[in-house]
Amino acid sequence: MTELISLFQAGIVFGTVILYGATGEILTEKSGNLNLGVPGIMYLGGIMGLMGVFFYEMNNPDPSPILCVLIAMSCAFLASMLGGLIYSLLTITLRANQNVTGLTLTIFAGGFANFFGGSLMKLAGGVGQINVATTSAAFRATLPFVPNLPALPRMLLGFGFMAYLAVVVAFVVSWVINRTSVGLNLRAVGENPATADAAGINVTKYKYLATCLGAGISGLGGLYYVMDYTKGTWDSAGGIESLGWLAVALVIFSTWRPKRGIWGAYLFGLLSWLYFYIPGLTRRSMELFKMLPYLVTVIVLVAASLRRRREDQPPAALGLPYFREER
Amino acid sequence: MRKTHKEPFIRISKRGEILPPWKAWGIRGIALVGSLVLCAIIIYSIVELNPLKVYGAMFNGAFGTNKRGWVTIRDTMMLLCIGIGLAPAFKMRFWNIGAEGQILMGGIASAACMVYLDSALPNLALLPLMFILSALAGGIWGFIPAWFKAKWNTNETLFTLMMNYIAIQVTSYFVALWENPPGSNSVGVINPQTKAGWFPEIFGEMYTLNVIIVLALAVAMFVYLNYSKQGYEIAVVGESENTARYAAMSVPKVIMRTMLVSGAVCGIAGFLAVSGASHTISISTAGGRGFTAIIVAWLAKFNPFVMILISALLVFLDRGAIEIASQYNLNDYVSSMLTGIILFFILGSEFFINYQVKFRSNKEVQA
Amino acid sequence: METQRAIRMVDITKTFGQVVANDRISLDIYPGEILSLLGENGSGKTTLMNMLSGIYLPDSGQIYVNGNKVNIRSPKDAYALGIGMIHQHFKLVDVLTAAENIVLGLNEHRLIDLHNVRQRVKEICDRYGFAVDPDKKVYDMSVSEKQTLEIVKVLYRGADILILDEPTAVLTPQETDKLFVVMRNMKADGKAIVIITHKLHEVMEISDRVAVLRRGKYIGDIATKDTNPQQLTDMMVGRAVSLNIDRPEPQNKQERLVVQGLTVLDAEGVKRLSNVSFTAYGGEILGIAGITGSGQRELLEAVAGLQAIQPGSSICLHTADGKETELVGKSPLEIYKLGVGLAFVPEDRFGMGLVGSMDLVDNVMLRSYKSGKSMFTDRKTPKALAQKIVDELDVVTPGLNIPIRRLSGGNVQKMLVGREIAGSPSLLMTAYAVRGLDINTSYTIYHLLNEQKAKGAAVIYVGEDLDVLLELCDRILVLCAGQVSGIVEGRKAKKEEVGLMMTHLGKEAQAYAQDA
Repeated sequence: MTELISLFQAGIVFGTVILYGATGEILTEKSGNLNLGVPGIMYLGGIMGLMGVFFYEMNNPDPSPILCVLIAMSCAFLASMLGGLIYSLLTITLRANQNVTGLTLTIFAGGFANFFGGSLMKLAGGVGQINVATTSAAFRATLPFVPNLPALPRMLLGFGFMAYLAVVVAFVVSWVINRTSVGLNLRAVGENPATADAAGINVTKYKYLATCLGAGISGLGGLYYVMDYTKGTWDSAGGIESLGWLAVALVIFSTWRPKRGIWGAYLFGLLSWLYFYIPGLTRRSMELFKMLPYLVTVIVLVAASLRRRREDQPPAALGLPYFREER
Repeated sequence: MRKTHKEPFIRISKRGEILPPWKAWGIRGIALVGSLVLCAIIIYSIVELNPLKVYGAMFNGAFGTNKRGWVTIRDTMMLLCIGIGLAPAFKMRFWNIGAEGQILMGGIASAACMVYLDSALPNLALLPLMFILSALAGGIWGFIPAWFKAKWNTNETLFTLMMNYIAIQVTSYFVALWENPPGSNSVGVINPQTKAGWFPEIFGEMYTLNVIIVLALAVAMFVYLNYSKQGYEIAVVGESENTARYAAMSVPKVIMRTMLVSGAVCGIAGFLAVSGASHTISISTAGGRGFTAIIVAWLAKFNPFVMILISALLVFLDRGAIEIASQYNLNDYVSSMLTGIILFFILGSEFFINYQVKFRSNKEVQA
Repeated sequence: METQRAIRMVDITKTFGQVVANDRISLDIYPGEILSLLGENGSGKTTLMNMLSGIYLPDSGQIYVNGNKVNIRSPKDAYALGIGMIHQHFKLVDVLTAAENIVLGLNEHRLIDLHNVRQRVKEICDRYGFAVDPDKKVYDMSVSEKQTLEIVKVLYRGADILILDEPTAVLTPQETDKLFVVMRNMKADGKAIVIITHKLHEVMEISDRVAVLRRGKYIGDIATKDTNPQQLTDMMVGRAVSLNIDRPEPQNKQERLVVQGLTVLDAEGVKRLSNVSFTAYGGEILGIAGITGSGQRELLEAVAGLQAIQPGSSICLHTADGKETELVGKSPLEIYKLGVGLAFVPEDRFGMGLVGSMDLVDNVMLRSYKSGKSMFTDRKTPKALAQKIVDELDVVTPGLNIPIRRLSGGNVQKMLVGREIAGSPSLLMTAYAVRGLDINTSYTIYHLLNEQKAKGAAVIYVGEDLDVLLELCDRILVLCAGQVSGIVEGRKAKKEEVGLMMTHLGKEAQAYAQDA
């Protein structure tokens, strides 16, 4: 039972990271931009959030938890948006290939984050020594009565606020896309930019905004990973990157629906940890079990291509550049 | 209320003429210089060293000694090999993001030969066998997503991406299996005494064979893409599947065959990495080069000879940055960061080759 | 007092690369008037109107709306000025509903308020006589429903100036009549309406004034009541034409292609061809007439092995040496290997017949690259052939090694047809072979087809211009909604008769004709 609980908890933590990444990417892809820079953007969010509070905590003997959280989140969000802006500038204005640009962004931001992450570690005195205790504690704080609750509600309420925020963000994004005029325009841009353009929608503006905001949301996943999973330290083993690719996979899994992404994310999270809780596995067979989320994604991918429902298809103009006077 | 508007400030239109090559390369050159300047500024702001000296130090890192020079050449050949492997897939507009996995599978095949055959075969027989098995392993890994693409049009970008992670786990499995010494969670150098399955020294240099193999592949790929019937089919399928069908080509067959070739060459890159360089296998055997090579192939417009230049540039930066990092006590990741910046600039420069920008005064600006 | 102009365009010039699409064109549009913008394909009508709707920006020239000089930088600007355009290719988002498409980009409310939209759509429909279901998804709509939706969308946005780009090209006559009723209602309401077309009878029927463009230049305008089709044709083509296409008597007719019970479904399971049977003879040109999208494309592609064919169908090719070959169930590769000499000039030149980015030699090689046992391509033979086509058909090109996309439309088509007839085909199928070509090139193409006919090939000519079909073809098969409504003799058939058959099936058509 306790094992099951800890599997569940580990799954939710990873699921939350993936969910931020995927929700942001869904918003981006709804505008027709396929951004393979998601892992890089999550790196940016993680490292800049960490650096922001690191310097704040270093210079303040008595840091305020609320300020810590605000600094970390705004640094992460802005830095990620900046990543989205680079991607947008290259693909929308300069019409570079989306896939190549996204991959370059991942290479660049991975290097950037691990470079500064490593430097930060050195500055702080070695591996695991980055001291943003106040911030990390604030990110992981639960409501005061939670530890006294029985097992099941404790399990459900025992996460830091960002785990719940991720669900809220997914619902909000879903609502914006499906219920507001802005969302309607955005869907049109991703489906058929020429039509959206003819309808007086500023395609370039929508693409820029959706991509940058989407990047900002994705970046929060990186921040959550750093503040909650690695407890305010930097890990240069590439954990963020592999979760980032899972986020890209989840977008397909969820058929571009943020709400469907929620349970998909937790499923991916659980599958990522399942090997840890299956009894009798050797270290070798554990490695094989770690494939599960990727295998499942492959299966979903194949299944989606077999069953071609109109409503489950990607935005029709996904990956294609738009230039009004092209002919 | 009806407003009048000013004429827009900037107007963009497709160039009527294709730019002559010297102009196009001039634009790329300007972008490259621009990116190098930006990199210099960044390095300067980190280590506060005269930027020219920085590039001097980088050059020293890449070519300072005979050994460094050969490591740079070895890495260039590795990146080039992967780029060559990706070229046919990308020319066919098949987004093979899975080179990492294909390299790893090739590497596993090579390592397995070294572990299990050791000195059972003379090196002269063992190396060709490893070459073939690596190519086969990589080829199969590339074939799987191609089969699904051909059969059900399954999205290959994400499929190949996922295949990378599956390959990483397969590698982890074998690393645990071949662990040496036990508990180290690494394979260590394989056959350090017998050197079975290691590339032999030729002309007194360790990496001569790497150069020979990769340059031979480059020539072969150039010929394959430009002069063979299969290369012609790849080009047509890449442009329009309808046209390919019209021209009596079997599109599924071309897709599967091309990915077999593409994966096989990436598998050979794995062979080079294991047999011709590290003599071990780990999950970082591919080390992200499968992604970098996509950009190499793309920017070179799939021309293997142009790829040599781009690979050399990227590896030079990489080696140079590592040198700076070790001199100034930074970490190696600075090289990915710089690589990213340079690629951003080159990617952006393509725009000015294909489009022209006019400002309101109607003066033409040659970017 | 002179009527206030709704729009005044002065000296508008627009170039694409080296092509001058509009050359110093000046045009006035008045409220309460239907203006026909007449011209051949490629004369620059759509380009000119696209500059009013904000799709393109003019290179030079001025536009005045209600007397004020304006710069229309985007469709949004155009809407703000009360200009709405219904494009030939509908600007609708397939996965959205009618109502969602109508409010697209308006941002009247923060939340999508479809209730209000439905109400206002109903008002517009009642006022002008449309019917639109606001909750229907666009991908479930017929072409005419989509067009109606486009017009409602433009009116919903308060347009006073409506531009319709070849609105009748995709409509049945009944639907066209309905459209014209609506257009008259809108005119009575004081709207300025421009209809882009190249169909003369429509010009005569609906418009008050005609403005004619030819090759990017403004030829002139004239009140419809003061003109006649002959004069308009002269203005449009620049000289009086009776087509005078050569039509030699068929020699030595032999059964070549026997199609029986051909049925083809598309990817969505909709019947595109239903039980089509006919025979094409060597030594004759068989024309195929029909409204765009009646199954012409599917028919030719089925013969070429590019369509999945329903069981029970048969396509039998009789070659000159007396062999009979069943083509159903064979892939293009298998048909190629049979060596039966099947040539096909498809409708979509760059999407199917050619590779735009490849040079002339590589494009000529497309059909023959497989020949020979070598694994390498032989470029010598195709190069010689390309040179031969260039020389014999007067293809204007700077060289053999430039991407074929850089050639003009007529030269591209000459290369394509030249390649297809190079192998002395036994069956030559062409789809819209002269679409977008100038008159001289069109005649070159007709001549080439006649040459093939004289050599004994069976030629199938899918066309849209009935005049051409009636002067070029020996027999004309008329398709209507995927079925054969009849086959007529090209020398005897009347244009009205064929036109009727295009819209009514077989017997019904005859009955209709007798009534009339």
